[in-house]
Amino acid sequence: MTTFNIVKAINAGLRRAMDGDPKVLIMGEDVGKLGGVFRVTDGLQKDFGEDRVIDTPLAESGIIGTAVGLALRGYRPVCEIQFDGFVFPGYDQIVSQVAKMHYRSAGRLRLPIVIRIPYGGGIGAVEHHSESPEGYFVHTPGLKVVTCADPVDAYWMIQQAIESDDPVMFFEPKRRYYEKAEVDTDGSPTLPLHAARVVREGTDATVAAYGPMVKTCLEAATAAADEGRSLEVIDLRTLAPLDLGPVIESVRRTGRLVVVHEAQRTLGVGAEVAARVTEECFYELEAPVMRVTGYDTPYPASRVEDDYLPDLDRVLDGVDRTLAH
Amino acid sequence: MTVDSTVEPAGGAAASEPELVQLLTPEGERVPDDHYDALIDDIGPPEIRGLYRDLVLARRIDSEAVALQRQGELGLWASLLGQEAAQVGSGRALRPHDHVFPTYREHGVAWCRGVDPARLLGLFRGVDQGGWDPRSTNFHLYTIVIGAQTLHATGYAMGVQRDGAVGTGDPNRDTAVIAYFGDGATSQGDVNEAFIWASVNNTPVVFFCQNNQWAISEPLERQTRVPLYRRAHGFGFPGLRVDGNDVLACLAVTREALQRARDGEGPTLIEAFTYRMGAHTTTDDPTRYRLGSELEHWRLKDPIERVKAYIVRGELADQEFFDEVEAEAEQLAEHLRTACRELPDPGPESIFDHVYVDPPAPLLAQRDEMTAYLDSFANEEARR
Repeated sequence: MTTFNIVKAINAGLRRAMDGDPKVLIMGEDVGKLGGVFRVTDGLQKDFGEDRVIDTPLAESGIIGTAVGLALRGYRPVCEIQFDGFVFPGYDQIVSQVAKMHYRSAGRLRLPIVIRIPYGGGIGAVEHHSESPEGYFVHTPGLKVVTCADPVDAYWMIQQAIESDDPVMFFEPKRRYYEKAEVDTDGSPTLPLHAARVVREGTDATVAAYGPMVKTCLEAATAAADEGRSLEVIDLRTLAPLDLGPVIESVRRTGRLVVVHEAQRTLGVGAEVAARVTEECFYELEAPVMRVTGYDTPYPASRVEDDYLPDLDRVLDGVDRTLAH
Repeated sequence: MTVDSTVEPAGGAAASEPELVQLLTPEGERVPDDHYDALIDDIGPPEIRGLYRDLVLARRIDSEAVALQRQGELGLWASLLGQEAAQVGSGRALRPHDHVFPTYREHGVAWCRGVDPARLLGLFRGVDQGGWDPRSTNFHLYTIVIGAQTLHATGYAMGVQRDGAVGTGDPNRDTAVIAYFGDGATSQGDVNEAFIWASVNNTPVVFFCQNNQWAISEPLERQTRVPLYRRAHGFGFPGLRVDGNDVLACLAVTREALQRARDGEGPTLIEAFTYRMGAHTTTDDPTRYRLGSELEHWRLKDPIERVKAYIVRGELADQEFFDEVEAEAEQLAEHLRTACRELPDPGPESIFDHVYVDPPAPLLAQRDEMTAYLDSFANEEARR
């Protein structure tokens, strides 16, 4: 067992993937000598060389577009987009090229590309550094979208994403980068990449979250327990495809569901979860599915971000509203 | 406003044109060139006849596809008319293991890469989105988003470098990549990013810009104030302008640029100065935005006629040869007509094929939902 925070866990996962497959490359802005602005790729260029850990020019479309070419040549590029809000210059290459190449080529061409994006707010950053753009990519057929919430998942999921023959958007909860946990690096992953997981069992209501909001929801469940309410918390982990089996199974027992994410509400992941759970659990639901999310505004200035972001109290307020039905 | 008075006009029929590499005049006269002659010294009468045949067949593929569109067999076609020499000259400069990233107009390059032209029709008929195998032809799928493929080419070339397939001196190993694009694409961010990536990484890629003077309705001066080939200088690699209607010159300059790439000397920008004789696509009406006189000016520079004149003047072939090429073109057209009509419409459930290598359960459930829906009509039919 090794104690890792999420940064170190992803770093170790990348290192293991690079050790295991010489075709795995890392590319992005400042990923080499600096080791990335969050140090996720720290030391990798020193050990694997400049040809495998590539400091790219400062242009996101170029990062993704050249990764497409490298993948067509047989490489497995892992691209870093430095911050969530900087993915959009690369959006066309991701949506029109990466996502569609296998489809357009009738399965002849594969693009095993991973695009890592530190995402989410709560770190007091300037604009474009706190966004949650995962919904755009969940909405794009041909992409797979996952997000880790703790060091164990961070370590294994990055390796599973690199092994995927489909392109994977890998969202990293930057405000949780320094959360620590014990990771058994000699073992093997206990879950496939595209599986949701119950992280706390409960009986009164189900709370589904992902990425940075998992910890918030676990804290809310602890607080709720003090008031005699038993919340079941599910980490969705995979957003495309969604694995709603554990959610549906849970809602059939609790009859109540609150979905929590930082991203804005309209057409977000919560909307899709709500629609599908309603389709599957219409007669078991005791209350409408509630969404506790960021508001439908641009991400605000950091001095008011605490009012934008769901926190423990807002999660409990959502739980109160579903229990009041 | 400050204007750099040294800026040359961007080009176009009316502008004073900068020097371009030309080895065959529009009248079919061979122009000796101290530098470029050596690059085509293997081109004797059989090779000239081969290039002529390629040019005629490329044009015939194109005219037949336009006809198929007019007959309703294709939804759309992007004509290469006028650009045959740029495509055949550059396409014949390639070695088998070189890799091509085309736009959607490179039918002549596809021909040179051995892609069955009938396979090009699927995209335009609406039965597929790229019906050939890029792995066996080293000819990538057509890219419709303008300029996106230049980054793919550059990334592919970065992979070639990492595979150690550059600068070894082994002609069977050293590999070049070529990216095709047009004058309009030079305004795209992706093309400029590709120039930067290729430059700083010294990648083995050739940027082959067919400047056909028009981006749908927008003339060159809407894209640039300097001749396009001079852009390369600012990015740190050589650029040159070639007569895009001269198949020998296009062959020579592309051979040289590809060899520079294979030798590890980095990228080159080639601006093939040509003209789009047809519409942008079959849905376009160029009479709304350009003058017929411009077309007449360029018609005198026809890429095929000058080769024919050269062959006839030099007695490099007899009439029988020209008749054979015509007959072959007719056969090819017949092949296209037949193959086009025989292209099968895909079944409805095929829309779910190949979205993913490993398709997720929710998507498969949607496919089952479609199947059940379609079956419900069949069952209804059976009950009647």
